[in-house]
Amino acid sequence: MDLDYDQISKEAQEALDAVLGREEPLKPRDRMAIPAQPMPAQPSGVRVGNMDEVALGYTEAQARVEAMRCLQCKNAPCIDGCPVRIDIPAFVIACADGDFQKAIDIIKANSLLPAICGRVCPQEVQCQIDCTVGRALKDVEKSVSIGRLERYVADLERAQGKAHAPAVKAETGKKVAVIGSGPASITVAADVRREGHAVTVFEAFHKPGGVMMYGIPEFRLPKDIVQGEIDTLREMGVEIQTNFVVGRTRRLQDLLEKDGYDAVFVGTGAGLPKFMSIPGENLVGVYSANEYLTRVNLMRAFDKENADTPVLPSRRTAVLGGGNVAMDAARCAVRMGAAEVHLVYRRTEKEMPARIEEIAHAKEEGVIFHTLENGISFRGGDDGRVHTMECLRYELGEPDDSGRRRPVPIKGSEFLMDVDCVIVAIGNDSNPLIKQTTPAIETNRWGNILVDDTGKTTMDAVYAGGDIVLGAATVILAMGEGRRAAASINALLG
Amino acid sequence: MNTILAREQLSESVFKIRVEAPHIASERKPGQFVIVQLDTDFGERIPLTIADANADEGWIMLIFQAVGKTTHLLAEMEIGDTIANLLGPLGQPTHIEKLGRVVCVGGGIGVAPLHPIAKGMKEAGNEVITIIGARSQDLIILEDEMKAIADAFICCTDDGSYGRKALVTEPLKELCEADPKPDLVVAIGPPIMMKFCAETTRPYEVPTVVSLNTIMIDGTGMCGGCRVTVGGETKFVCVDGPEFDGHAVDFDNMMQRLGAYKVQEDHDHEKCHLEIAAQKVEA
Repeated sequence: MDLDYDQISKEAQEALDAVLGREEPLKPRDRMAIPAQPMPAQPSGVRVGNMDEVALGYTEAQARVEAMRCLQCKNAPCIDGCPVRIDIPAFVIACADGDFQKAIDIIKANSLLPAICGRVCPQEVQCQIDCTVGRALKDVEKSVSIGRLERYVADLERAQGKAHAPAVKAETGKKVAVIGSGPASITVAADVRREGHAVTVFEAFHKPGGVMMYGIPEFRLPKDIVQGEIDTLREMGVEIQTNFVVGRTRRLQDLLEKDGYDAVFVGTGAGLPKFMSIPGENLVGVYSANEYLTRVNLMRAFDKENADTPVLPSRRTAVLGGGNVAMDAARCAVRMGAAEVHLVYRRTEKEMPARIEEIAHAKEEGVIFHTLENGISFRGGDDGRVHTMECLRYELGEPDDSGRRRPVPIKGSEFLMDVDCVIVAIGNDSNPLIKQTTPAIETNRWGNILVDDTGKTTMDAVYAGGDIVLGAATVILAMGEGRRAAASINALLG
Repeated sequence: MNTILAREQLSESVFKIRVEAPHIASERKPGQFVIVQLDTDFGERIPLTIADANADEGWIMLIFQAVGKTTHLLAEMEIGDTIANLLGPLGQPTHIEKLGRVVCVGGGIGVAPLHPIAKGMKEAGNEVITIIGARSQDLIILEDEMKAIADAFICCTDDGSYGRKALVTEPLKELCEADPKPDLVVAIGPPIMMKFCAETTRPYEVPTVVSLNTIMIDGTGMCGGCRVTVGGETKFVCVDGPEFDGHAVDFDNMMQRLGAYKVQEDHDHEKCHLEIAAQKVEA
């Protein structure tokens, strides 16, 4: 359902005025009665025709009213749910008071990327899952919207031009190499540079930002926000080398032994697309989500007039998977002009790893959901282009290792789906390039780099963090890992 | 970085450039390639094989045919210009060892990537026979360089304008029938040529290596756009290749994938020609 922006802001202003006009302070019961503030968004009919951000952000009145819903619990379950332990009640009460500068300062003591995390963190399974307000109202969606408040104060600071690069201590003469430029690497670069060490970030692509640049679409995370974080690093004196793939352009051990780096951080992410090894997978029109998203986002296929890297025009696109990447791919396909986009997932919506908000947005934009179904083979014409996907129906059985109920195929339930484009979004594996070219670094059987509790790998002076250690995870976890590794690197370099 | 140091036109549509790239020059091995992108915001990323390099002087050499938008723009660039984005070296290097008799078959522009491999094979102590072919005489490149390496040298053109009037598969078949038969064939050229080279050697069970040039974006294993079917398995040309067992490659699937964006490519190519022409008129 599309909400009217003017209506939302008017109601929020009225609610704020009502609270400010009270003689008595708010009691917990009063706070619980304040309506949860919805996120204003571009109407679905409009946004499917553009790449602009869908969620527009709170108004000032909304931010204050939403913050007033917080009960300031002594035990603060929200802090326990935050991977970087932001002092959430303190920043929220500052928002309620309208002291937004104080709010952002509190967040920045723990988080380097609030404008990004406020947008892409899965708050509903982190800080907001155990929120007392949400619990009392028996609905996690009615928890205090901590993420939206975080975004509000981060955006406000940026808009007012008050966001400044962190201060850098006197040069130490030590050098640190950071491999990759996604969220883990950005965090390490900033935290290590702050201590006065020289930092070089090596990025294989032509633009830094990692998955936030090539993977997460503009409509969910505007690229100028990511670019802003990169610019901040440059202001701090971090050197960023694009078109440099460590392992090929230069071996990791050469950075330490020949180029004078005193420590290395590996944040190369989970960039290797998984395929299903089923017949017809290499037909024309079958994409990995990585390829599709990279074409649309990094290579700008959406700008059909200017971009040299297109995606194939499609009438009926099927997306396989149920995670955030699948939602991103499906929503990109809608914007690229497919008449129908079908999302096919072999469990039910309840088991989908995607954020509730992304699922809702995808549905609003017309993505057709098929649950308890999966593609088992693809067929194509003489031109090699996929035209049909053979599918199978499933039912849920016993829980598997992940705790989710296992999908069990229903015998004889095969059916055909007419498609001319398929996007496989069933997950990514770790990037193997560092492992292949650096034998001293040990990995587990999934190719994730093994680290100890300081973030150190099995190679001296080499640390790792983010998806290359965790497997495909989230921006905030990558940032948390980056902070830990940076602290260890700073301790090592003294 | 990435400055064009020298430039030469080898034929009507084939160009040779020397590019300053010290890191790539010192790390690259025969068989590896680079990704080139000329416009950071909107340009396509294309793979080009490294034809030669000099680590001491810090340059690599690229030989390319102006067939699409990026290669046409690259052909228009002059000494002193810089390539916006150049990434490499990528891919697995050629496995070079002493085997005995090695036949190196190059078609058209494929002679460029073949040259360092033939050179490596010769230096490893192999008897190297080279066959190079092109549609016509003016498309023959690196003839002197290949002759200098080869123990025996055969040149073919489709129209008979130079050398033998034949497809490269004809002398290749004769060599497979000769005694001793080749211990290895390395065939690099248009997909259709590689396919038929592999078909030619298959009955004689002569191991045949081909080097594939597919559509790529990142070139580091992240997108899978370059994937091919080899022996029934999916392989990524960028990280598993570019060289594969020619007898196991599904060339038909590869050629279909290579042609997937033909309509869009032709449109961009056309537009690019108009833009180049307009610039020349203005100048």
